[in-house]
Amino acid sequence: MTAMLLIEQALNGLQYGVMLFLMAAGLTLVFGVMGLINLAHGSLFMVGAFACAAVAGATGSFWLGLAASLAAAAAAGAIVEMTVIRRLYARDHLDQVLATFALILVFSEGTRWAFGSFPLYLDIPAALAGPVTLPGGLEYPLYRLVLIGVGLGVAAGLFWLIGRTRLGIRIRAGEADREMIAALGVDISRLYTIVFALGAALAGLAGALVGALQSVQVGMGEPVLILAFVVIVIGGIGSIKGALVGAILVGMTDTLGRFVLPLALGTVMSRSDAGAIGAALASMLIYILMAVVLVLRPGGLYGRA
Amino acid sequence: MNVKTILMAAVAAVAMADNATAEPVKVGMITTLSGGGASLGIDTRDGFMLAVGMANNPDLEVIIEDDQRKPDVAVQLADKMIQSDKVDVLTGIVWSNLAMAVVPAATAQGKFYLSTNAAPSQLAGKGCNPNYFAVSYQNDNLHEAAGAYAATAGITKAFIMAPNYPAGKDSLAGFKRFYEGDVVGEVYTQLGQTDYAGEIAQIRASGADGVFIFLPGGMGISFVKQYADSGVGLPLIGPAFSFDQSILQAMGDAALGTLNGANWSPDLDNAANAAFVTAFAEKYDRLPSVYASYGYDTANLLLSAMAKASVADAPAFRAALKAADFASVRGKFAFGPANHPIQDLYVREVVKEGDLYTNKIVGTAMTDRGNPYEGECKM
Repeated sequence: MTAMLLIEQALNGLQYGVMLFLMAAGLTLVFGVMGLINLAHGSLFMVGAFACAAVAGATGSFWLGLAASLAAAAAAGAIVEMTVIRRLYARDHLDQVLATFALILVFSEGTRWAFGSFPLYLDIPAALAGPVTLPGGLEYPLYRLVLIGVGLGVAAGLFWLIGRTRLGIRIRAGEADREMIAALGVDISRLYTIVFALGAALAGLAGALVGALQSVQVGMGEPVLILAFVVIVIGGIGSIKGALVGAILVGMTDTLGRFVLPLALGTVMSRSDAGAIGAALASMLIYILMAVVLVLRPGGLYGRA
Repeated sequence: MNVKTILMAAVAAVAMADNATAEPVKVGMITTLSGGGASLGIDTRDGFMLAVGMANNPDLEVIIEDDQRKPDVAVQLADKMIQSDKVDVLTGIVWSNLAMAVVPAATAQGKFYLSTNAAPSQLAGKGCNPNYFAVSYQNDNLHEAAGAYAATAGITKAFIMAPNYPAGKDSLAGFKRFYEGDVVGEVYTQLGQTDYAGEIAQIRASGADGVFIFLPGGMGISFVKQYADSGVGLPLIGPAFSFDQSILQAMGDAALGTLNGANWSPDLDNAANAAFVTAFAEKYDRLPSVYASYGYDTANLLLSAMAKASVADAPAFRAALKAADFASVRGKFAFGPANHPIQDLYVREVVKEGDLYTNKIVGTAMTDRGNPYEGECKM
């Protein structure tokens, strides 16, 4: 029974991790290629969730909503890149942080203006609802299994895109030397728009997929954004591989920590106290993980030192 | 006209000013209007302002600010309202950790604080203050109602869960106080947590036959949807906050049939409540939540005190508040010795009426329940 519970928790951690990866991938791409700190990445997550909830609510189809979330987040990303972000590449990081923080406020208030302050309804599509029985008799929600599959699929697709396609070559070249690639005749500003829109679409996809599990509301992107930053710092800024490994590490640490710590403390103190202290310690775990990684490898796991 | 008549006229004018126009009261409302908990603050504000609008009292001025659910922001707003806006009364805070940051300092400066929601145990017992009035409840109350009713609902082995913050601890303590079954699991989650897969796995493995959750706002939506999808299927019970009007529509069918402890419900049968629900729906085009009902009651309590005493005369105003001479939407309402309400507690069930999810009272959990910490209060 305990082994089963542990396996179930590991699956939960994996699922949480791959969803974090969808957020972190865009963030790390944008930082790696353009050297831009984008605090508004969480807003794109929210845009995806709201687009999915609004379209699914109007048409009754989650899948149309999912398509809408990709389109809306990519479009929002492209527009933001062309109107605001483009002016920030040459500026220092503090200006970027200020401008993208302003974007968070604009997106949040804009969404509140359009959809109101009350959470929206978005449910898991009927075809994926309910639990399935895994080998060994473990009951696990089908939707979460699908999320794991989608996340790993997107990761594989990204590795292929970066490693095997012409666009990927340009992205890597842009990371290495942006003046040279511009001199070789690549339209660098178009490349930047594409990368930014791609990162935005991934965040939008994560927002829509996670939105079906949680509450679709204004401000839902910011807590995820903080975790995504932890992930890319652990993984090494600019590295897709680092983002994947970092995301799964953070997902596992957080989920298993919340499960194991109260149990372990419960052997030495009352259950009520163990629950409270364990929960408090568990919420610190990922930051402790980050600190340890930074002490051992200051550039992150796969970063350039 | 000689000096004497001028003086007399002046004295008469002053005397008349004193009688004819009551002392204006300035209220500072600090509540959550943006971010994850915004729907709770907006309902608090709308309920409060509905009563203010209905009374149309020119002597009442309300300043409203957004605390963003952040204790530091709430403290700054309170300082600003007290020092530069010179408010007489503060109100509106939804979250207990914010209340703990604001209330003791405000009452120490001689301001009145009327709580529309948060009423942590610390302020109900040792930290009580004659200028602090909880209009809503004491934090434990709605959880006590759920606990007292859980055994009746057939829950004998409960798994209980709340966020790790002051009201979360009050919640689980309150549930256990009158619960007659066993507690087989007790978990504190993070405040603002959105994924409950880990907790649901523990519920599945715990051998419980029912689950008590205190997860207000977006946390409740996330949990209830994920719980329904997990197929665990044990009955859910909680305080009203976990299944409130402001979040039910986002939960959808997943919330149907769940039970929750409350001190108010839209279908509670009294004239004040009927008028409130109708007026609220008319003005805002939605059904009120418990938060809206507390906001409405708080404004009416304040208005009733203003009619009796001047806010400049603190002891008289305090006595006028304590008399609670207003028509509460809860029907029965009185303040106990530590300025917390003595009231009936109900259990509600989530039902669907037409296209709308709402709550209906299914039973009375406790009658004339007061503040469990009033013995520790010395004032």
